[in-house]
Amino acid sequence: MMEVPLFLRGILVITGKNMRLYYTKPPVLMFGVLFPLFMFFAFFVGRHLDLTTFFPAFLAMMLFFTASSVGPLITPWEKREKTYERLLSYPVTQDSIILGDVTAGAIFGIGISLLVWIASALFIPVAVMNTGLFVLAFILGTLSCAALGVLLASPAADSPPNVMIFSNLIRFPLIFISGIFVPLVDMQGWGLALAYCSPLTYLVDLFNAAMSGKSAFSPFIDCGVLILVSAGFILAARVIQKRNMMKGM
Amino acid sequence: MNAIQVEHLCKRFGTVTAVNDVSLTVREGETFGFLGPNGAGKTTTIRLLTGVLTPDAGSVRINGIDIHRHPLDAKMQMGVIPESSTVYGDLSAEQNLHLSAKMYGMPRAVREKRIDGILLQLGLNEKRRFLVRTFSKGMKQRVSIACAIIHLPRVLILDEPTSGLDVQSRRLVIETIHHMNEQGSTIFLTTHNIEEANTLCQTVCIINKGKIVAQDSPERLKKMFDTTQSVEVSFDRTVTRDLFAAEGILRAEPCGDKWRLYTDNPDWILKYLVGCAERESLGITSLTTSGPSLEEAFVHLTECA
Ligand SMILES: Nc1ncnc2c1ncn2[C@@H]1O[C@H](COP(=O)(O)OP(=O)(O)OP(=O)(O)O)[C@@H](O)[C@H]1O
Ligand SMILES: [Mg+2]
Repeated sequence: MMEVPLFLRGILVITGKNMRLYYTKPPVLMFGVLFPLFMFFAFFVGRHLDLTTFFPAFLAMMLFFTASSVGPLITPWEKREKTYERLLSYPVTQDSIILGDVTAGAIFGIGISLLVWIASALFIPVAVMNTGLFVLAFILGTLSCAALGVLLASPAADSPPNVMIFSNLIRFPLIFISGIFVPLVDMQGWGLALAYCSPLTYLVDLFNAAMSGKSAFSPFIDCGVLILVSAGFILAARVIQKRNMMKGM
Repeated sequence: MNAIQVEHLCKRFGTVTAVNDVSLTVREGETFGFLGPNGAGKTTTIRLLTGVLTPDAGSVRINGIDIHRHPLDAKMQMGVIPESSTVYGDLSAEQNLHLSAKMYGMPRAVREKRIDGILLQLGLNEKRRFLVRTFSKGMKQRVSIACAIIHLPRVLILDEPTSGLDVQSRRLVIETIHHMNEQGSTIFLTTHNIEEANTLCQTVCIINKGKIVAQDSPERLKKMFDTTQSVEVSFDRTVTRDLFAAEGILRAEPCGDKWRLYTDNPDWILKYLVGCAERESLGITSLTTSGPSLEEAFVHLTECA
């Protein structure tokens, strides 16, 4: 247990390195910042939708895209640039690398989404009914989405473009089944069943609960699901990466 | 305590056994050369030593610390240059060093002083703020070395640190390794340059097809193959060892249908063999002499196994 401080320091240093190196990479800016903004303009602006009703869902989508766009890039990028082996020979383990990548993704998600929220608050009247829940939604949302991002990078690949394509194949469908464009209360049948399966649904619901006070589930359920999926994603990433390590670099 | 203690290490990739029951000991303070042909398993062994790969069996201890039980503590003792290693191209030389130093938990004040010194020592001071992406191969390798020795590691592990470098860079790298060794670091390195191993290392270990085939000081390995030359001879009749009982023949070994004779005077042995053949009315059917070099020894060891 003498190793705990070493372990935490490793996570911290790796997070710092990721923030410095990967936040400005084109794929991150493209899929993490520009893309959700385009989606916002395409779907919400000019369609005479009630912005206050849809804003929580939009914020959830923004958070989802930003937080999950850093993770898929880092490990494949490092493998391609051959810096991954050196990184592993520092006093870190695969666990510190995974957690460092998750943290970097989460901070990116929080930062950008916070900016968007502040900017929108200047133009649109967006109320926050429950500040505590709002903060919790931000934290749990970025954590689970960043963990998903890292999981998407775990299948052995040293090609960032392939991993980005793969991760978008998973991420895009999620935004259509998670109650972002069609509120959960208006869904039924298969749509609703699918929505129950998407972790993003619970984040959207949590934002609804925090901002407008109207939600489909209890916030406790939302938080519980988000915590569970975060842990699940991280554990799955860990198992996959450990297996890769047995097979070789 | 030994700096590196490896016991019965095994690693398979599918059907390929890259490292097959390797055990070795590196004493504290020595420079240990790990040689072998391409694909012998050197890099795989180094990855197992540095905790980058998980072994199928066996154990590795660095200064007595088991790398798989206490990876972080063990890695704190080490500086590593992996094969085809690169540092971060999108960071400057200085930023790379800072990152490395932070990984080893060096406080800022110590870090800055050490980085200034090391940049000067490796001739990188003028380019310290340039992105490593713009560097030549030799300069990248120097940054890589700097990152590995920033914390004055007790054990320095290098996978082909001089491959592909020009004479100047190579010398600088060798000097740096020498310097680290003088300061008390134990060095474990692989190289394809036998001359380099000969001048740097106190112990040389040769691995072939995942198995260790020889481990000795270069001088002893050299003596075995360098000052002694060998002559291979075969006759048209079977002869016994008695024929070779002469003072000039150091050793005689049957080798298939031939005899291999070791000598330090090839001129004399040729005349002696001709004399013998005439006296015993034997016909010499083949006669070859092998030239002296450590390289030859290496080739021999790695072909025989
Ligand atoms: N990740 C991997 N997957 C499958 N096989 C591998 C892997 N890594 C190494 N090998 C195999 O293991 C054997 C040993 O490889 P290794 O890289 O250790 O050799 P080496 O001694 O470092 O060679 P070189 O001098 O060319 O660097 C080779 O046959 C290689 O093909
Ligand atoms: Mg190699």
